[in-house]
Amino acid sequence: METLREIRRRIRSIRNLSQVTRALEAVSASNVQRAQAAVLATRPYAHRAWEVIVNLAGIKGIPLHPLLVHRDPPRSALIVLFTSDRGLCGAYNSHIIKVATDFAQRLDVPVRYIAVGRRGRDALWRMRAELVAEFTGLPAVPGFLDLSPVARAAIEEFLEGRADEVFLAYTDYINLLQQRPVVRRLLPLRPTRLDEQAVSEYVVDMRPAPVADYIYEPDPETVLSTVLPRFTELQVYQAALEAATSEHAARQVAMRNATDNAEDLLRDLTLTRNKARQRMITRELLDIAGGAEALRQLEARQ
Amino acid sequence: MGLQLSIVTPERELFTGEVDSVLAPGMDGEMGILPRHAPLIAALKEGVLIARQGEEEMVFAVHGGYMQVLPDRVIVLADVAERAEEIDIERAEAARRRAEELLKKEPPPEMRAEAIAALRRSLVRLRVARRRRYRIESERPESSD
Repeated sequence: METLREIRRRIRSIRNLSQVTRALEAVSASNVQRAQAAVLATRPYAHRAWEVIVNLAGIKGIPLHPLLVHRDPPRSALIVLFTSDRGLCGAYNSHIIKVATDFAQRLDVPVRYIAVGRRGRDALWRMRAELVAEFTGLPAVPGFLDLSPVARAAIEEFLEGRADEVFLAYTDYINLLQQRPVVRRLLPLRPTRLDEQAVSEYVVDMRPAPVADYIYEPDPETVLSTVLPRFTELQVYQAALEAATSEHAARQVAMRNATDNAEDLLRDLTLTRNKARQRMITRELLDIAGGAEALRQLEARQ
Repeated sequence: MGLQLSIVTPERELFTGEVDSVLAPGMDGEMGILPRHAPLIAALKEGVLIARQGEEEMVFAVHGGYMQVLPDRVIVLADVAERAEEIDIERAEAARRRAEELLKKEPPPEMRAEAIAALRRSLVRLRVARRRRYRIESERPESSD
């Protein structure tokens, strides 16, 4: 049986805790909004860039750009794993790590990783997976330039032949209550197979534009080698933004649950406190009444 | 007939609107685009992009990317782009000095590439911002009349 003072102390600490979780929930909610807006802002660029790529890929007689070349059969793979730096976001990290490592197992070739986010890095490290690079400490809503080193590392691994395929493993944001861990292809790019690409959500129309007779300045090869690395960077950026949105959404929900739990606990504890107080008052009253009665009996006897 | 110009980066749509002509920093030199241009896709280097609309001139800093031209449209897909008005001259100047100092110290290759990129960006920003300042100064006597 707790004493009244202990109960009061617990109530105070839980009240403080619920204020913290409520504040975190509000911060996450605003981050969800910002990250979601950033994802939507990539759409016009993604759409245009894809159109150009589809057009360029249709030109006959130019050598296939290295980023489009398939190596058949692939003998190695690289997975870029997006997780968060911090916890307190429910099962967000464990889900995507599980999905990514399951995918890696099915690939049947040696898989190496690029970890974006501390949680994923730590998990991969514990599994003794081979890490090519790690990127931590990204801002809550990352910018395009924050992600271009990640993309460049992935492109380099692919071009130097150390990875025949590159995949992005991240959590797709659907809505506040639903986020879906996915693995999508980054490289080689396949202009004819949009559905496999990470960008597919953002590109509405995949048919080549009717105007196919473009002049290329200075020439198609140069344009393609300007467009493709940037498009790859764009896909990495979009994946990072989806992951960031999902992370903040997961945290917002986790924090809301924590706040709700704290409130339930507070209600219970308040009840216990009131009962304990009432019990104490009753006891004191009994003491007084008993004392008074004893005194009266004493007086009566005299 | 005008040209519908959009300047788009992965982070935002910087500008959309009707203009008379566009002067863009092509890989092999400046390219002027007027309405009814043949369909063109051109790689851009970092530089100054100028859009004219009547007497008005809009100046943008464009840091690499490419441009898609159709008879009635110009779409610039830039890695990074900003309006002249957005550029903070002091910050760009500071960035230039930082990059130059770093390059003097002979940094490792990957840092060197970053520093060169940063230096280029700051130089373009300064050029764009100065161009705008000259214009404001040259316009001043007329407006004070």
